[in-house]
Amino acid sequence: MAQVMLRAPLSELCGGRTHAIAGATVGEVLVALEREHPPIAGWVLDEQGRIREHVNVFVNGIHGEERTPVAGDDRVHVLPAITGG
Amino acid sequence: MTELLVGTKKGMFRLEGDPADGLEITARAFPGQSVEYAMRDPRTGRYLASVTSWFYGPRIWVTDDPTGEWEQAKGTVLPGDDEVDPAAEFSGDPADAYKGALNRLWVIVPGEEDGVLYAGGDPGPLFESRDGGLNWSLNRGLWDHPTRPEWNPGAGGLCLHTIVTWPGDPSKLTLAISAVGVWLTDDGGASWRHSNEGIVLRYLPEEARAATAEKPQHCVHNVRRAPTRPERLFMQFHDGIYRSDDAGATWIDIGTDKGLPSDFGFPIAVDPADPDSAYVIPLIGAEDRTTPGGTVRVWETRDAGDSWQPRGDGLPEKDAYLTILREAFDTKGEGERLELYFGATNGEVFGSGDAGATWAQVGDHLPPIYSVRTA
Repeated sequence: MAQVMLRAPLSELCGGRTHAIAGATVGEVLVALEREHPPIAGWVLDEQGRIREHVNVFVNGIHGEERTPVAGDDRVHVLPAITGG
Repeated sequence: MTELLVGTKKGMFRLEGDPADGLEITARAFPGQSVEYAMRDPRTGRYLASVTSWFYGPRIWVTDDPTGEWEQAKGTVLPGDDEVDPAAEFSGDPADAYKGALNRLWVIVPGEEDGVLYAGGDPGPLFESRDGGLNWSLNRGLWDHPTRPEWNPGAGGLCLHTIVTWPGDPSKLTLAISAVGVWLTDDGGASWRHSNEGIVLRYLPEEARAATAEKPQHCVHNVRRAPTRPERLFMQFHDGIYRSDDAGATWIDIGTDKGLPSDFGFPIAVDPADPDSAYVIPLIGAEDRTTPGGTVRVWETRDAGDSWQPRGDGLPEKDAYLTILREAFDTKGEGERLELYFGATNGEVFGSGDAGATWAQVGDHLPPIYSVRTA
């Protein structure tokens, strides 16, 4: 399973910074993360299942999107984008 | 003692004190996050705030103590669309905006029934809670309205920003959406009709107005009801001020050639004791949106819009180019003891304890102010 790495406040909502989550794509991993940790629902994926505009997901250090493949031991980082005001 | 809840770009602030002596910050919540709106339900004392994380989206939070923990409310989400490819990019076309995710929650308003609250947001949803704000559901009558594909956003988005109840009658609601117009229901939200007759779309070429008059493309900025004469409503339009004496069925121009420095503005307020009263804060037109000539004035009518008088004793006289946003003006009390408060995007808050006769700065150095609500 992929290792999903979170920072606050997402890590607080999920009860920890690292979570082993199954899924073949980034989208599947994030949906599974929501399923296993319901308090995070709506925080990373919007109602349409898209990664929120100002959230970045990296797979082994490379920027990914919903359809990016995820292998068994990949590291998936979910980070706030360096944007905002 | 007055309690003000101020929503800002960088969190919610509670200010407390007397308008004559100034107010002090007694609580801050949601630091670093945009608090579009914060209010206290007068029936329960509960605080509710609509908060948008730049990163993680909008949601409503609830607490009985704003200095303590807040609980995330549930249900302020839009229906997914099974026909949308989850991996597809949003088109960016405003016509597709209503298919997107919830962008912001603009306003929270107590209903007429115990435990009922309403919330409006972008892209135009109306949510209803029947348990004091912890759980919400989408009003499908409005969301599924057949005209929705014709709705277009204003500069602030496709925002449902105004929710006006009818005292004692939960079946009647008046809504306003930018840039769509006024919506009315008489059956508790099961069905909706738009009602913009009499409003002149001066922001369109004259030859285009007639064809657009019947369409839901009206940029209403704010609406308030006279509670002792509930069929009377006052409206701040994009460029115009209007009154309705028939519960929103038709609208009468009360802003043209009345001496106002501008009929553009965002908020409007009323004295609950006087159905002929209204207050506006004119800003120079759509391109500038600052106080005219660098002078800050609140304009008051006591004859239902036949005439307007400036109220500014104590407000900045010159070199003050402020912007006062839609939800950043509120009242408390009524009559001669009516209190008025407004906040500006430069972080200043002004208040009056005598129905606008005199004013004082009651708060300063706050982040850009989105909303001001008395509690």
